[in-house]
Amino acid sequence: MDWRDNGSLLSLRRHGETSVIVELFTAAHGRHLGVVRGGTSRRLAPILQPGTLLDATWRARLEDHMGSYTVEPLRSRAAALMTDRLTLAALNSLCALLSFALPEREPHPALHRRTEALLDLIGTNQAWPLAYLRWELALLDELGFGLDLSSCAVSGAVEDLAYVSPKSGRAVAAEAAGAWADRLLPLPPALLGHGEGALAEIAQGLTTTGFFLKTRLAPSLGDRPLPEARQRFVDLVSRQA
Amino acid sequence: MSGPTSEIETLIEMMARLPGLGPRSARRAVLHLIKKRGLLLMPLAEALRQVGETARECLTCGNIGTGDTCAICASEKRATGEICVVEDVADLWAMERAGVFKGRYHVLGGTLSALDAVGPEDLRIPKLVDRVAAEGVTEVILALNATIDGQTTAHYIADRLGAGVRVTSLAQGVPIGGELDYLDDGTISAAMRARKSF
Repeated sequence: MDWRDNGSLLSLRRHGETSVIVELFTAAHGRHLGVVRGGTSRRLAPILQPGTLLDATWRARLEDHMGSYTVEPLRSRAAALMTDRLTLAALNSLCALLSFALPEREPHPALHRRTEALLDLIGTNQAWPLAYLRWELALLDELGFGLDLSSCAVSGAVEDLAYVSPKSGRAVAAEAAGAWADRLLPLPPALLGHGEGALAEIAQGLTTTGFFLKTRLAPSLGDRPLPEARQRFVDLVSRQA
Repeated sequence: MSGPTSEIETLIEMMARLPGLGPRSARRAVLHLIKKRGLLLMPLAEALRQVGETARECLTCGNIGTGDTCAICASEKRATGEICVVEDVADLWAMERAGVFKGRYHVLGGTLSALDAVGPEDLRIPKLVDRVAAEGVTEVILALNATIDGQTTAHYIADRLGAGVRVTSLAQGVPIGGELDYLDDGTISAAMRARKSF
């Protein structure tokens, strides 16, 4: 069995003294693990950092086996993102969430494209936190827990949407919310794709996506807690807002 | 022809658990030790016994020594107001081999890791914060690995220490003896960003 694909490295852990087990998010094979022989060597260690885009060839005797990878770097991202705490936290959060949420060996081509675009965008301009927020929405959508923010769940209005119902995941207009407003989740314009995405709005949006990650996605995965890396990113965004 | 006795087999099995050794190389090492009984085996056994009885973590910095306080923490000459933060004892020993740092150390005992569920409380970060306040530290040098986990930990420590103390980190870039052609693009870009006047 063998195949060749491009994938970004999500995580790695040592395997024996010289090898590592890496977890890649590939275009056609989804989240896929494999052993990289000599992965702790001076030649490979700098390449095998989370976020790096790799050209990977996977081989195994049987399809069920973990198999081994031979890898060539296509784009190194870690060095550029390590210098700033917010971009580093975003990279950690993205990798941890994908590792947490995606089933093994199930392709998600649309989410993969979006993830690659986001990884290339982080740290390059002011809009990347907004792109990260939209990526979390896309992650929820891809895994079957998408929010419907197109119109108000109560009145059907498409204007003045200000809240998200924690029960249905649908938008609610400010006027329709009435006395229930304090029980609803915030729907900042950034979550609708409007505006420039100030960090304060991003923080609000992350509160809303975080709620659904925690109450919808996590229970479907055995009720494991969300990765701490995401909370660290949210804390940093909130502090810098 | 009879093989090794059970005691020798036990020794081989234990040696084979050491880093860099497998069953075959452990067998060779044990055979060598037995042949050099007086010269190697007995002194090694005595040294192992002594280290086994006395080796312990320094209560202040986490270095390994033979007392509650290691030689570096006990030395007044090392009280320069600088603390070098390293991931583990091997890194501390590497810094000492270089001989360029004359202050004291702080061994974290690992790095933050989402994958392995290692959080700040699992490391010696609270102890570091206490030391900085108690010892009148003027500079904290973060000598952590240039990996995602290492730098995540570095940023976290810098946040925890706040603005009351100068926090620096090791430079990143082209290693001595490194050839540009063989470096990964991330290292080259880090070196380019950290370029200095020549």
